[in-house]
Amino acid sequence: MATPTEKKTRKPPSKARKRSQQTSSKTKRGKTRPGKAAVAASSNGIAVGGHNGPFEDLLDRAPWRENSDDFDPHAEREAWSLMDRMGLRLAWAAGIFLCVVAAAIVLYLLVRGLQFVKISELTSSPLPSLDQSQSGGYLDPILGTLILTVLGIVIALPIGVAIAVWLSEYGRPKPLARAVESAVEIVAGTPSIVLAIFGLIIFQGSFFSFLSFSADGGAVFGRSFFCAGAMMALIALPLVVGSTREALQAIPAHVREASYALGKDRASTIRRVLLPGARAGIGTGASLGMGRIAGDTAIVVLLLGATLELQPVGNAPVFSLLKGTGSTLTSYVYNNSPAGEGNAPEKAYAAAFVLLLIVIFLNFAIAALVRRKEPEWRS
Amino acid sequence: MEKLNTPPPVRRISPDKKSKPAKPSSTTAASKRNGKVSVKTGRSRPKVESIERMRTVDLGIAYGGKSAVNGVSLQIKKGEVLALIGPSGCGKTTYLRSLNLLVEQTPTATRTGKIMLDGEDVDKLELTELRRKVGMVFQQPNPFPMSIFDNIAYGIRERGSRKPTRRVLKPFVEEALDRANLLEEVKDNLSHPALRLSGGQQQRLCIARSLAVEPEVLLLDEPCSALDPRSTAAIEDLVLKLRSEIAIVIVTHNMQQAQRVADRVAFMYLGDLVEEGTVTQVFDKPQQKRTRDYVSGDFG
Ligand SMILES: Nc1ncnc2c1ncn2[C@@H]1O[C@H](COP(=O)(O)OP(=O)(O)O)[C@@H](O)[C@H]1O
Ligand SMILES: [Mg+2]
Repeated sequence: MATPTEKKTRKPPSKARKRSQQTSSKTKRGKTRPGKAAVAASSNGIAVGGHNGPFEDLLDRAPWRENSDDFDPHAEREAWSLMDRMGLRLAWAAGIFLCVVAAAIVLYLLVRGLQFVKISELTSSPLPSLDQSQSGGYLDPILGTLILTVLGIVIALPIGVAIAVWLSEYGRPKPLARAVESAVEIVAGTPSIVLAIFGLIIFQGSFFSFLSFSADGGAVFGRSFFCAGAMMALIALPLVVGSTREALQAIPAHVREASYALGKDRASTIRRVLLPGARAGIGTGASLGMGRIAGDTAIVVLLLGATLELQPVGNAPVFSLLKGTGSTLTSYVYNNSPAGEGNAPEKAYAAAFVLLLIVIFLNFAIAALVRRKEPEWRS
Repeated sequence: MEKLNTPPPVRRISPDKKSKPAKPSSTTAASKRNGKVSVKTGRSRPKVESIERMRTVDLGIAYGGKSAVNGVSLQIKKGEVLALIGPSGCGKTTYLRSLNLLVEQTPTATRTGKIMLDGEDVDKLELTELRRKVGMVFQQPNPFPMSIFDNIAYGIRERGSRKPTRRVLKPFVEEALDRANLLEEVKDNLSHPALRLSGGQQQRLCIARSLAVEPEVLLLDEPCSALDPRSTAAIEDLVLKLRSEIAIVIVTHNMQQAQRVADRVAFMYLGDLVEEGTVTQVFDKPQQKRTRDYVSGDFG
């Protein structure tokens, strides 16, 4: 991706090039490859600019400096294009840097993970032991991650889509729409640990006792898959709202009108035309949200109990599991890392690797599912 | 839809030469055409009985107080294709959108004057009923993001608990596609996404979608402006085929197209209806200077 951009920057208009040969006496120009010249000039500028900041030399040659001895009103193109080229190079370098970071994460975890991942540990429950060889596997955290992710997105998806539809297709009265927008922003901006502690207060209230384990005395534990899932839905919600709304707004107005022109009301237009048209965006939002849920730690530690094993409450088939506590890969990694109590770094690495795989798989699966490159409307 | 004893001669383009000749009722001669138009004006078309379907009386539309259509009175008849011509921004689209009250989607739009459908004020009709009777095809092809079949079935599926099955809907879908001269091309891929069709096919699909709800009036807003000459010819053929069944209004920027498909022409300028008459009257003997200038291409 970086290469074509770079090539373009190497070819400024030939006029500008000629002018630069005539007018700028301060820098060595006139090379056949202006790209090189730009690099030379910028490094020169940084070297010279030691006394007055790195860009002093650049600013000196800028056309708006009228005291510049060889002021040329037509030179602005040259000055800007130098800045532009530096900017592009920076952007290019930033992109490469990110690639390096991403590759480092994946490679490091790949090496560490593959070193420590044992199939037997993928399918066995953790055991309470301080000895790494005795502390079992991490089946329960894997299941915990999956359950919590599904639960969170199942709650977040309908609510998020509904909010997005309302904002995009109704949005009236205006002040209410603005309030809803702000609310979504606030939820998006709230750190998950804050949501977690808030959730704990809420779910320990007796009103929510049906969501988690209650002691005989009536004290509500406030920690369960339900409780954590509800808060997880909150962190996924803004992502679902955002990308659904974006997708809805990308649908041309005349497509809606075509539906009205067939005598359809707004409800069937939304249900049969707009939601199918936005499904790629909805899918993107869902996958982003699931990634956030799978990766969150604070809510798990505070609201899921972070128990080693899944601990159902009661004996209703699925309900008991969701009312019970458990842990996820994130809390498992945290607890077993040198920072936590478990002190089993090998397991932490292995579990972190599994978590990374799950998240990457999730992204690809959803992308493949919804982005079958549905063609767009011609504009 | 009514079947006529003497169907109008319809030129038809078969995209693949092997495709079977269409039903005799829809085609007399499947003649090939090489992009050019053989018939210069619509005058050679057979006279069919024309029946008034819609009429506007002193219709005015303003957007936030700024007038876009001033006091336009026109009749829209079955059997007579009406072409609306005029420079950009003269209010053609606005006029068309007022006929099915789609202007009401624009909150700032206000309307004066009367719109009658079959002698009845459209304000007395239920909005959805009006829009089913007055179909519209837009400038940009805009199939819905679903299969070809569902695009057509969308309009005829009623809301409510009892949904008609695909088997029940299929004959209706196929008939609409056939009327829009699209069936031959898509009959084996009815479940393919409609947005994968070519631009010209998409536009015919949009026409079929409108036809499926059996409209009395069909409004076409520059239906060919995004299409290549071949697809344009296909749409024009379609208009000529449908003119005996449905009242058609077509907005066009293209004088030749107006002459090819229309029976009557209305020239609008800055929201005013400047001149209205038969194709011969407007193009050969325009009464107004502005019309003369416009049809001779002196201004655009
Ligand atoms: N939604 C709208 N809001 C405000 N003004 C509009 C709107 N749509 C059209 N207009 C104005 O109404 C006039 C007529 O537009 P239009 O009917 O689209 O013309 P045409 O289709 O002949 O090109 C133009 O001046 C245009 O700017
Ligand atoms: Mg228009």
